[in-house]
Amino acid sequence: MWPAVLVASAGCYLLKLAGLSVPDRWLADRRVQRVAGLLPVALLAALIGLQTITSGRDVVVDARLAGVAVAVLAQWRRAPFLVVVAAACATTALLRAL
Amino acid sequence: MAHDVIAPARRRAIVRDGVTIGLVTGAYGISFGAVAVAAGLSVAQACALSLLMFTGGSQFAMVGTIAGGGQPFAAVTTAVLLGVRNAFYGLQLATRLGLRGARRLFGAQLVIDESAAMGSAPELEAEGRLGFWVTGGSVFVLWNLATAAGAVGASALEDPGVLGLDVAGPAAFVALVGPRLRARRPWAVALVAAAVAVGVAPLVPAGVPVLVAAGVAVVAGLVRPGRPGVGDEEIGAAAVEHGPPPHEDDDRDGDGADGAGAR
Repeated sequence: MWPAVLVASAGCYLLKLAGLSVPDRWLADRRVQRVAGLLPVALLAALIGLQTITSGRDVVVDARLAGVAVAVLAQWRRAPFLVVVAAACATTALLRAL
Repeated sequence: MAHDVIAPARRRAIVRDGVTIGLVTGAYGISFGAVAVAAGLSVAQACALSLLMFTGGSQFAMVGTIAGGGQPFAAVTTAVLLGVRNAFYGLQLATRLGLRGARRLFGAQLVIDESAAMGSAPELEAEGRLGFWVTGGSVFVLWNLATAAGAVGASALEDPGVLGLDVAGPAAFVALVGPRLRARRPWAVALVAAAVAVGVAPLVPAGVPVLVAAGVAVVAGLVRPGRPGVGDEEIGAAAVEHGPPPHEDDDRDGDGADGAGAR
């Protein structure tokens, strides 16, 4: 397993370094600017969806959905970061304990 | 430095937010350490992932693939594919951070979801740089300590679901993406991206749905805004981001210039 750990880590690091190292002129293109601005939105939204209602390759609706729904509500009410996360975890844990 | 000064109140708020994100992410790191050991990795391997890979999504994807019986090659591919987004974060941060030499080699490791959000959010470049370093640094320290603690205490927290820790990730992502959704286009991209990712999840290997979602942003970004003359407005809407939690811009002092050439 060590080779996998090290190769994957090297790959992830080089991607980070590449992002910081590409020529400045790449950023001059407005299309690149628009894409760069929208990418985190798309990726974070995708991660939210995947980690909320999928498990492996299956779509699974369980206590996680309620937790994330509470997070959305808290975020909408402009709650602090820690409150958003803690409320989500507490909701999910509570539903599972019932 | 003249237009690069951060008001003391803003500085405290940025440091507080960055450290808070580190603490929250650290709590999540405990579950990573536990999950990694439960998946069959040694404590040293779990810690090595947090130290060397240091990107939570990839780490969870990797140990998840291993736990699901995937081959090491599949685990590596999934982790690296999921790490592609960090390259785009770097692209977004490069000009603002202006890192050279050893600082770039070290700073690159800190480019993750949380530091990128805090680094790109403020309009003032100096605030973005502070947000990046404080958030990246505090997450790095606490994530690694928490991983070690979680890995060592794996038996005590073998199922992170009991504490609801498995929603800590998506909840944190909600808090990170929320402030970016202040215009129609990012909203549309977020909804379509989430729907597409979940929709293709049953069809493709773990890690790929996130990349398909990235394609949504690429397509949306490449499509020029419909009406001539509104292009700049649309770019501004997509590019202007506000950090978590949103701060008002009232006490920014005389920074009409954008810090260009400050570094």
